[in-house]
Amino acid sequence: MRGTSLFLLTVSAAVLAGSAPACAAWQPQKPIEFVATAGPGGGTDNLARAVQNVITKHKLTDQPIVVVNKGGGSGAEGYVYGKASAGDPYKVIFGTSNAWQQPLVSRVAFNYTDLTPIAAMAQDEFLLWVKQDAPYKTAGDYLKAAASGEFKMGGAQSKDTDEVLTRMIEKVGHVKLTYIPFKSGAEAAVQLAGGHIDSHVNNPSESLGQWRGGTQRPLCVFSPKRLPEGPKITATEGWSDVPTCVEQGLDIKQYEQPRTVWLPGKVTPEQAAYYVDLMKKVQATPEWKDYIEKTSQVDTFLTGAEFDKFIKQDLEHVKQVASEQGWLVK
Amino acid sequence: MDNLSELFHGFTIAVTVPHLALMATGVLLGILVGVLPGLGAPNGVSLLLPLTFGMQPVSAIILLSSMYWGALFGGSVTSILFNIPGEPSSVATTFDGYPMARDGRPTTALATAFGSAAFGALMGVILITFLASWVAQVALAFGPAEYFAVYFLAFASFVGMGGAAPIKTVVALAIGFAIAAIGIDTVSGSVRLTMGIDELVKGVNFVVAVMGLFGIGELLVAVEEEFHARAVSSRIDWREVFRAVGHLPRHGVALLRSAAIGCWMGITPGGPTAASFMSYGIARRFSRRGRYFGTGEVEGIISPETADHAAGTSALLPMLSLGIPGSATAAVMMGGLMIWGLNPGPMLFVDQKDFVWGLIASMYVGNIVAVALVLLTVPVFAALMRIPFAVIAPLIVIICVVGAYSVSNSYLDVVMMLGFGVVGYLFKKLFYPLAPLVLAIVIGDKAEDAFRQSMLMSKGSLGIFFANKLVTCLVVAGIALLLLPLALQLFARIVRKPASARTTNQEKVSI
Repeated sequence: MRGTSLFLLTVSAAVLAGSAPACAAWQPQKPIEFVATAGPGGGTDNLARAVQNVITKHKLTDQPIVVVNKGGGSGAEGYVYGKASAGDPYKVIFGTSNAWQQPLVSRVAFNYTDLTPIAAMAQDEFLLWVKQDAPYKTAGDYLKAAASGEFKMGGAQSKDTDEVLTRMIEKVGHVKLTYIPFKSGAEAAVQLAGGHIDSHVNNPSESLGQWRGGTQRPLCVFSPKRLPEGPKITATEGWSDVPTCVEQGLDIKQYEQPRTVWLPGKVTPEQAAYYVDLMKKVQATPEWKDYIEKTSQVDTFLTGAEFDKFIKQDLEHVKQVASEQGWLVK
Repeated sequence: MDNLSELFHGFTIAVTVPHLALMATGVLLGILVGVLPGLGAPNGVSLLLPLTFGMQPVSAIILLSSMYWGALFGGSVTSILFNIPGEPSSVATTFDGYPMARDGRPTTALATAFGSAAFGALMGVILITFLASWVAQVALAFGPAEYFAVYFLAFASFVGMGGAAPIKTVVALAIGFAIAAIGIDTVSGSVRLTMGIDELVKGVNFVVAVMGLFGIGELLVAVEEEFHARAVSSRIDWREVFRAVGHLPRHGVALLRSAAIGCWMGITPGGPTAASFMSYGIARRFSRRGRYFGTGEVEGIISPETADHAAGTSALLPMLSLGIPGSATAAVMMGGLMIWGLNPGPMLFVDQKDFVWGLIASMYVGNIVAVALVLLTVPVFAALMRIPFAVIAPLIVIICVVGAYSVSNSYLDVVMMLGFGVVGYLFKKLFYPLAPLVLAIVIGDKAEDAFRQSMLMSKGSLGIFFANKLVTCLVVAGIALLLLPLALQLFARIVRKPASARTTNQEKVSI
């Protein structure tokens, strides 16, 4: 059904475009709303505001841009809003892999297919963090200690990226961990600093301050190769000094959090193309590079078929973990 | 006294002409967003944030924090004059502030609120100045069990408060918990109580609930009682402002106790909302005039205001030193810090001394600027009370509708707000207390999360609430507060049996 209507839309759009070849590509005619599916101050909110900042500074569009936060229900509020705005090309939704992971594990009233994918703009890395004075120096030591004791792993939200990674560590490392969900990664970081949990798997920017402040340190990064060289964080170490988890015998090659951009469903291909192009322009600016470096993310740009493929792969993977854990909603 | 010399260095940064001008601008803008319900401090700060990108971080944070102080003061204005609290933390101010204003003393109510708020804020800053490093450690000691114990303490100080029948308080709390449970559950990640309405997945926003419960609810009651603006003869009288502020020291005990509660709740991140409610509850218990609370008592204004501002100010410390934002506004400011290229955390105090101490010095100066400006505006605001009810009533409805809509541009919120108005009216008519309901809506889900996180950690054993000195003290204090009124009542009955008839009579009156 949806396929048919999409097809029809595409055809009618093509007919329209064909009938008026002189007409320029689609341009926004009124203010644009950036919907961050997170509260103020979170990673997704920072991304939306950074993009807004770049667009305004370089005058990439004549229209004003407002950022609104719809972070209720772990972001579901923003996606449901996007679904309800079908056909409206003036709402741009900023999110994460939540868009396809959340509908798998909880009964939310949207699915990623209700939205038009624009791009994945940056990838956030995951690291395994322990308290500064913890006895283990490598991921191997950590796993050995975890096998005997009862370890508590903290993370943001339930059945979300952090818990999926925790369950993967359990499986690969043959250990049992008690997962404690908090509201955000920042909260988990504070709990680790206070010694209330044993570890967490925060993104670099979520624990940067604590690493520098000497309350916790990363053991390894879930990435195929070490992070790019950057300024030193502590007196002696920077992100590039953190070994990969595979090096240390925790065989999880890659686990990343994409920052995703969407339009509501039922927009025309021209409208979607306009935003893909806009985001590409944003990514070429020095301010964007600066944002990426400050938040220690990886610059990527997936769109079209590549983005689709990425979503499908990730979805398969999460589905597998979720069904093993019995999380799938019937 | 390392901190003192750092502080003086901070003053040399904060007390410069451009920074003072920024403070005045920030405070005035803050009062504006505070007075206009639905805008509020977090929105105001995020609107201003993009303007600060080109500024020095110190100047930027001075502008934003001054706006925060202004908004906190401004939020009390609508609580007192129209019974519409703009921030969760100013709900408790309405209990005595609104009756006093309606009684024809809006100037006294406002001046008292501002005076005690300034005192609370100053105590908070002094605490930050001298105990910065120690305080940061206290916050770290707080795991889920300790969080739950603090929330439990706040709830407990309400149940036995004695205003309404305890069972009605418990019912109100329970309804509040149910409302707080709507939306996505943090611990299981599943959707709860949305009743088939997709949009409810975001949960019930506090502002929506409070505007209906207080603003619209009060209006309905007033309409029924044919409320004629009781000839509020508030001539613009400066002497009354100074008299009210001059009377504050007479309530020294209440001031100090509330400041202590506020500071404690600010550091142990219980937050300003829990602090103001707790302070009000405890004041009601221990004040000699406790039974008159709710009818426009001076101490009923002093206690929540002092605690609110003491907590709001000292809560900035965990944000700076640990990167835990204590409130929505602090979260926006933290986002700002990151954009300016600063990372909150323990190292901020070492790497960015100018920034940290410039900010702390600006808290002293900014609060003085703020209180001077708001005291100057008291007569203007008080004059609002002279506008006839027939004009004010539709205005309140408009403010509430626009306010509810602007929370997240949602029509459903407006409908819910009006629904809460009916609930507020029914509560008033049936003599159910609104305060516990609001408290449960605001911190109910946090308390639930903390409890279930503790249970996960202890594998279901309640022993975790007695696992160390800190949490044991908190829990025991909570249980004591819960049982104290019951014990006292029993004791009184046993001792003076004949007087029991009179006690029940009195109870009926107080209900």
